[in-house]
Amino acid sequence: MTVAHPATILGLVPFSSSFATAARGANHQEKDMLTTIRVAGDVTAQGVKVAEYQDGRVTVETGRDRVTGWPVPRVLRGALAGLLLAVAGIGAAPQAVQAETLLNVSYDPTRELYREFNEAFSAYWVAQGNPAPTIEVSHGGSGSQSRAVVDGLKAQVVTLALGGDIDRIAAAGLLPADWQSKLPNNASPYTSTIVFLVREGNPKGLKDWGDLVADGVEVITPNPKTSGGARWNYLAAWAWAEKHYGGDQTQVLDYIKALFTNVPVLDTGARGSTTTFAQRKIGDVLISWENEAYLIEKEFPGETEIVYPSLSILAEPPVAVVEKNTEKNGTTAAARAYLEFLYTDEAQELAGKHFYRPRNAAILAKYSAKLTPIPLVTVDKDFGGWAKAQKTHFDDGGTFDQAYGTK
Amino acid sequence: MANRSVTTESAPVRWLLIGLAIVILTLFLLLPLAAVFIEAFRRGSEVFIKALTEDAALSAIKLTLLAAGISVPLNTVFGLAAAWLITKFRFKGRSFLLSLIDLPFAVSPVIAGLVFVLLFGARGWFGPWLKANDIQIIFALPGIILATVFVTFPFVARELIPLMESQGSDQEEAAVTLGARGWQVFRHVTLPNIKWGLLYGILLCNARAMGEFGAVSVVSGHIRGKTNTLPLHVEVLYNEYQFSAAFACAALLALLALLTLGLKSLVEHLSGHSAKGH
Repeated sequence: MTVAHPATILGLVPFSSSFATAARGANHQEKDMLTTIRVAGDVTAQGVKVAEYQDGRVTVETGRDRVTGWPVPRVLRGALAGLLLAVAGIGAAPQAVQAETLLNVSYDPTRELYREFNEAFSAYWVAQGNPAPTIEVSHGGSGSQSRAVVDGLKAQVVTLALGGDIDRIAAAGLLPADWQSKLPNNASPYTSTIVFLVREGNPKGLKDWGDLVADGVEVITPNPKTSGGARWNYLAAWAWAEKHYGGDQTQVLDYIKALFTNVPVLDTGARGSTTTFAQRKIGDVLISWENEAYLIEKEFPGETEIVYPSLSILAEPPVAVVEKNTEKNGTTAAARAYLEFLYTDEAQELAGKHFYRPRNAAILAKYSAKLTPIPLVTVDKDFGGWAKAQKTHFDDGGTFDQAYGTK
Repeated sequence: MANRSVTTESAPVRWLLIGLAIVILTLFLLLPLAAVFIEAFRRGSEVFIKALTEDAALSAIKLTLLAAGISVPLNTVFGLAAAWLITKFRFKGRSFLLSLIDLPFAVSPVIAGLVFVLLFGARGWFGPWLKANDIQIIFALPGIILATVFVTFPFVARELIPLMESQGSDQEEAAVTLGARGWQVFRHVTLPNIKWGLLYGILLCNARAMGEFGAVSVVSGHIRGKTNTLPLHVEVLYNEYQFSAAFACAALLALLALLTLGLKSLVEHLSGHSAKGH
């Protein structure tokens, strides 16, 4: 290993350049040996090197296709990887500026979906003749993620839980106000809904929203102030109560009050609530994203079961390009392609596989055995859109404050 | 018993108190520590090693070492300067400076993080200027280092001040009368006297720098493989149901802590010996 350039130690030079030099040096002696490259994030490929570029990237022939990426020096794969990386690549992690780096700021339950999607998109983007992009992801409660982008987290695309959170970014001037019309289906490439997850055998016999307010039932849901999923939960409960009580607002509010009286833990994000319910084993029922519920079934087999209530809500998690940020980096085209790729058959299949409801009707039908069709209200028709729903229910002094504050 | 007079309590009371202490120590310290390691190795050492060598983990380790590697030297220099100033000189505002040094201990780390967002965030005080000059502080390395420096600010100074206070400045004064200049006084008189305390402070500072969660979490942006430090990476893994991997990283952090404690004991041992030798 060559001695790191002093500038690298000061963090002035992106780390890839010093690594690439080291790798190139090593490769002179071992021309025919396999080269390992990093394509995007965790994705690596291995093959015989066929081309080398000025910026240090190389193209390898993997046998199936040709892939371009940053070479991974051999030493890094050794046991001492951590230490060497720390000493030689100091200054590296944070500022590795590369041609096309996309940061996808997303909400909690999409981790597994986007991990696979990013690999698929990288392969597609390279097949289009582009250099391999570096795709980074950040996950958290939808509300806090939106706030971080407004505060300066340099997202190129946002894939959040609800329109209101992207509206907030638009209000800060980072993307146009009409973002929702830039992509098909209200800019939501997949939908989801809200279901119940109960303990195996449903010991408390929870079948519908009305059962959740019974004495001694512990309900787990995140905080609607910080979590997008929680707001969908809240509106679904509200829609059921409104129908059940024939629109009597006092009774609806009483129902919501009773519901939150049964909530022992109010986490900040959907994933926090899921861990509370599944790992820490608190509560009788988790009001959850449908995809999250199936994920738990997969992760904790035989411990939980899913209950579909009589009425739920059509959740449309939207996506948008943060144009102010992409224009600066010259990544607008890649960011757009990234989001448009969500609508392709390949990505729609991935959505179905990760228990989101694909927009593509044919692909949705393939997964309908699990993604049970149930009556769904929508925010636009039944709550007058997110701006109104946000104001009525979740802003300071809204119905949530009335219900939770006067408990 | 010959030394009965030392304690007035009866034997059962003593045993009860000792037993209570052992139970509490086991419950609150040993058990959690053991749980971390057991959970980390529950799926075998292969999973353990893989969890620590995957890209995101390596980058988290690297970032953690980098943040500590920058903030510890900074705070060492600062701590030395502050302790020197406060103990060897008397001036107006001295006690105010002392409380100021303690501020990071008193403030919750989350507040510390939020303050930096307020100052350097896109909508913060310096946000527009930073943006115009294309400087990224929050949600990038500088923010993480700032937060770490802030939180670990007092460790070295707090360790040195009582020590230097008790030593007084007689030796320095003697050196000055013998014609030593400032730097000579520091190198040949002050530094040898405080070296063990200094080392101890640096170790504590380092332990905290590597383990800091709250303040760093606020300014990190949680970009996988980029702005996640090791403690943040543990949380990410835990939230992704990769419990064994999460605990593998937690075990690494715990190991670093144990190593620090070991070094600390060694320092105490050595300093004890050298003190006796005087």
